[in-house]
Amino acid sequence: MKAMGKVFKYGDNVDTDVIIPARYLNSSDPKELAMHCMEDIDSDFYKNVEKGDIIVANKNFGCGSSREHAPISIKVAGVSCVIATTFARIFYRNAINIGLPILECEAAVKGIEAGDKVEVDFDSGIITNVTKGETYQAEAFPPFMQELIQADGLVNYIKKA
Amino acid sequence: MGMTMTQKILAAHAGLEQVKAGQLIQANLDLVLGNDITTPVAIKEFHKIGVDQVFDKKKIAIVPDHFAPNKDLKAAEQCKFVREFALDKEIENYFEVGEMGIEHALIPEKGLVVPGDVVIGADSHTCTYGALGAFSTGIGSTDMAAGMATGKCWFKIPSAIKFELTGKLNKWVSGKDVILHIIGMIGVDGALYKSMEFVGEGVNTLSMDARFTMANMAIEAGAKNGIFIVDEKTLEYAKEHSTKAVVVYAPDEDAEYDEVYKINLSTIRPTVAFPHLPDNTRTIDEVGEIKVDQVVIGSCTNGRMEDLRITAEILRGKKVAKGVRVLVFPGTQKIYLQAIDEGLVQDIVKAGAVFSTPTCGPCLGGHMGILAKGERAISTTNRNFVGRMGHVESEVYLSSPEVAAASALTGYITNPEKI
Ligand code: SF4
Repeated sequence: MKAMGKVFKYGDNVDTDVIIPARYLNSSDPKELAMHCMEDIDSDFYKNVEKGDIIVANKNFGCGSSREHAPISIKVAGVSCVIATTFARIFYRNAINIGLPILECEAAVKGIEAGDKVEVDFDSGIITNVTKGETYQAEAFPPFMQELIQADGLVNYIKKA
Repeated sequence: MGMTMTQKILAAHAGLEQVKAGQLIQANLDLVLGNDITTPVAIKEFHKIGVDQVFDKKKIAIVPDHFAPNKDLKAAEQCKFVREFALDKEIENYFEVGEMGIEHALIPEKGLVVPGDVVIGADSHTCTYGALGAFSTGIGSTDMAAGMATGKCWFKIPSAIKFELTGKLNKWVSGKDVILHIIGMIGVDGALYKSMEFVGEGVNTLSMDARFTMANMAIEAGAKNGIFIVDEKTLEYAKEHSTKAVVVYAPDEDAEYDEVYKINLSTIRPTVAFPHLPDNTRTIDEVGEIKVDQVVIGSCTNGRMEDLRITAEILRGKKVAKGVRVLVFPGTQKIYLQAIDEGLVQDIVKAGAVFSTPTCGPCLGGHMGILAKGERAISTTNRNFVGRMGHVESEVYLSSPEVAAASALTGYITNPEKI
């Protein structure tokens, strides 16, 4: 499995209140949520994001609330992968559980700039910066999580069990 | 090798003798919780799993509190969807408006968590129940769906940071100041993926309300859970509120910790978190002159009896500053009623503050107190992220009820010692 797209880059501690502000949580319709994704730090995000694009951010991405609406809005907006130095733990769980691939890789975060074209190979964990001609090695998922992702999220995983 | 308190509880619920940090396990759950925002998503996932019934009607709690009482049409539809599911699946612990409260104030009060339990909740502040010596953590809606269907959840066994408390808090200083101090010290990702274990004789001097406040904000340091050792006060609380069987766990003497902090409670000063992160803290002595438009006292962090008592004590016989909107939110109906019985509501309303029905309301910028562009609030809630209480250009400062109530009287962030 591979992902490929242009990069939107953000800083430290991107919290769930800016990923999807609470004022929109009176709906759980994924498409409606996607329209407001990142609105409070990047008001044009939804306008500019294209299918396959990649979000890169520094540490503690997704901190704050447990709202699954956050990874859902990112996924449905078209983002194929989020790469960060670290993720907040509930966001990490939620992303895996809904099948949004996420990778922790400090070197990639340091090397990649906004607008770069990046390719991610999920099987090997290798991230390629096509624009700069660099590659970075992300840590692969532990086997248990690979199973979850292969089953396309927790719900299907349980169904199979 | 020794285990931390959290590791012991998780091992027991996974049927294992021994676990170590990093290990993936499946644990049996004693309670699965959701609210009006996260449960709708969970219900849709639950239906996809294809089971007909929940794993145990007694072990699920659903509390509409975020946009309830319904703030608008969409919220009304969401609450209705949740209500119908709860009725259809005969969920015993569904709490309708009139008996509900803010979930993390309500669940312990209803006796649904006791020491030794494993609890997941589709709300990040589910870590609150660690105050009772339970393992309890926030998860997402899909985890809630899976938990409702199977009664199990996967966890990675966390390592831990130990906080050894000694001494006793001074007057005008409370649990909120301790946890803000700690978050300021270790940062918003200082305990990422880890447990925060609160031990030491200082714990015994803290009330249960103070412990709930502290455990509540473990997530603000990125922690998986915050947990307190069990003492007389915990056992008394459990006995008073619950008939469930209590199991007391203590960390092993030789348990391994990533870090150990020693904190003398008597040295803690009233502490305020400046925008826009909870770790951006300063002591009250370093705050300077900061004017506020709104004061919010309540939430799952500070909407308990002690918080209302100190608020009333400070406001009693005085008037809030002109032009400042002061909103007080009790955590539950029971707290509401007790506040009436003790005459606290009289003091608060006579001072010119609003006393509301329990709801999350302003805490997440939902309703009942949204901030306009450029406005500033001091709040006893737990998050001051960009746009948390309203406009993206509004500001939230976090503090104890002591500091918030003192600020209500002056219109500036104020040291309660000087009131
Ligand atoms: S009071 Fe605030 S922090 Fe607590 S559950 Fe409600 S919205 Fe979340």
